[in-house]
Amino acid sequence: MSKKLLSGPYLVWMMGFTVIPLLLIVYYGLTDKSGAFTLANIISIATAEHSKALWLSLGLSFISTLICLVLAYPLAMVLRKRGVGRGSFVVFIFILPMWMNFLLRTLAWQTLLERNGVINGILSALHLPNQSLINTPGAIILGMVYNFLPFMVLPIYNVLCKIDDNTINAAHDLGADFYQTLVRIWLPLSVPGIISGITMVFVPALTTFVISNLLGGSKILLIGNVIEQEFTRGSNWHLGSGLSLVLMIFILASMALIAKYDKDGEGTAF
Amino acid sequence: MGRRHFAFGLGILLGTASVLGGCGGPSKSNDSKNAGEVYVYNWGEYIDEEVISMFEAETGIKVIYDMFETNEDMYPVIEAGGRTYDVVCPSDYMIQKMIENQMLAEINFDNIPNIDQIDPEYIERSKSFDPENKYSVPYCWGTVGILYNTSMVAPEDVPSKWSDLWDEKFSGEILMQDSVRDAFMVALKSLNYSMNSADRGELEEARDLLIRQKPLVQAYVIDQVRDKMIGGEAAIGVIYSGEMLYIQEEVENQGLDYTLEYVIPEEGTNVWIDSWVIPANAKNKENAEAWINFLCRPEIAKMNFEYITYPTPNKGAFDLLDEELQNNKAVFPNVESLDNCEVFQYLGDEVDTIYNDLWKEVKSN
Repeated sequence: MSKKLLSGPYLVWMMGFTVIPLLLIVYYGLTDKSGAFTLANIISIATAEHSKALWLSLGLSFISTLICLVLAYPLAMVLRKRGVGRGSFVVFIFILPMWMNFLLRTLAWQTLLERNGVINGILSALHLPNQSLINTPGAIILGMVYNFLPFMVLPIYNVLCKIDDNTINAAHDLGADFYQTLVRIWLPLSVPGIISGITMVFVPALTTFVISNLLGGSKILLIGNVIEQEFTRGSNWHLGSGLSLVLMIFILASMALIAKYDKDGEGTAF
Repeated sequence: MGRRHFAFGLGILLGTASVLGGCGGPSKSNDSKNAGEVYVYNWGEYIDEEVISMFEAETGIKVIYDMFETNEDMYPVIEAGGRTYDVVCPSDYMIQKMIENQMLAEINFDNIPNIDQIDPEYIERSKSFDPENKYSVPYCWGTVGILYNTSMVAPEDVPSKWSDLWDEKFSGEILMQDSVRDAFMVALKSLNYSMNSADRGELEEARDLLIRQKPLVQAYVIDQVRDKMIGGEAAIGVIYSGEMLYIQEEVENQGLDYTLEYVIPEEGTNVWIDSWVIPANAKNKENAEAWINFLCRPEIAKMNFEYITYPTPNKGAFDLLDEELQNNKAVFPNVESLDNCEVFQYLGDEVDTIYNDLWKEVKSN
């Protein structure tokens, strides 16, 4: 009985802030303005502008996730080699920017990338031609990679730390070179971390609207922007909810992926 | 962006002001049992806070002052009526929507003798959203126009029409407003249609025009037009005239080697008016009228103008200004140049949806 009482606050929390809001989204997503049942909000994902935004979001978040993975894996290996003490200091340095507001960090990139911004200032000081960096898909990918990289590094680092040195030494003793060890020992053992890192980068990248607004000059419409505008300016909550439900399918798919490969919950970030 | 921080500090200041005012108040307001308070709901940074204390000191009415950020934020607050306000300052189209939904009380102009200080020009223009001038008293007004950088635009290319925003020469140099009605206003006006058009054909034409313009646009922004133009990020941009005094001062303060000039396009533009209205459920209507009357007093309107820097419709206040400021065409344009200008109207939810859908098509293209 007392154990049940202890779980009470959490149940209230989950009901109030997860289950009920989710049900509201489902309700809004499946009704029209008069409250009648409709699938129109969901089907509207097939319209040209929505599906274009969705594919663009999928594409950009896929590329960002890939870049994060390629950057994070070697880094995690280096961190592991440096041992717990010094390695965790570097991890700390990596988390440090996350203590600053996400919006501020993205605004800072705006200042860096602008036409008269810091990067172009340095280029012209070196008599190099100015680059148009801001308001491009590249700038959005950069913003995503910058903001979400720690979410890829941490789970992979966590998993790599748990690999016993003896396993690696045994592989070397049996004559495996670096490449063979990587492919047959490191990678298979770190799959839970990789998968968890991928979802932790892919999901927020897929749903972001702030990064595309600030670094894309509002010229590049991602599915997150569409939903945000339906809720704020268009004030069509029904359509916004319907599109959110569609987006949830992709998020659920990645959750299912985690459940499949990360059964022990090893690849968690912290 | 920088001035936003100010709004927060201001809120605290005002809170204190109303407390202080309240202390001195009761003795004067004893004669009328409910004359003690007025609940004001205004835009952020839309008053010189000194004015509030002056009003309290003079009338003994305690001011409870709250701020909103957009018309759309304000509307549901008044509609829900959880907190009743006595006097609110929405924009033109929103006043029309509130009148249509019977949310406003008729103002008793006997209590507002200072109404004669308001230039009849703006009373006349107000008729487009308040047909009989029964519900609103103009507070600030302004136009939307093209801002250009004199060092980046050759003298022969100086924009004079909205359609100049489709000039290939400005490719990558254009800042557009990132809001539906403002963006469509530009396109509709350049097609010589009304900016309050509800005709699907006309709107689709405007959409196609905006899609054609998109490759030339550097970015769609709202508040950032000002700072980007001051920073020399773009050559031309669509901007609200209220920002002009700030821009001119900033260009001077930073010692920039270019100036930024403001043009009202030939095809006409949006003239917006923010006016004081009294909600139907106001509890202190007479105090609200005293508040409006106080703000219409020329010296007070001048103080507010100097703080807000948005053009004032108060001709008494205008007469008190320096000649240099009176002749600043970016702030006070010639009335003739406003001939084919319009005021935004509320078009109803259905038309709003059409606008939003077409805008989405522009953005996703």
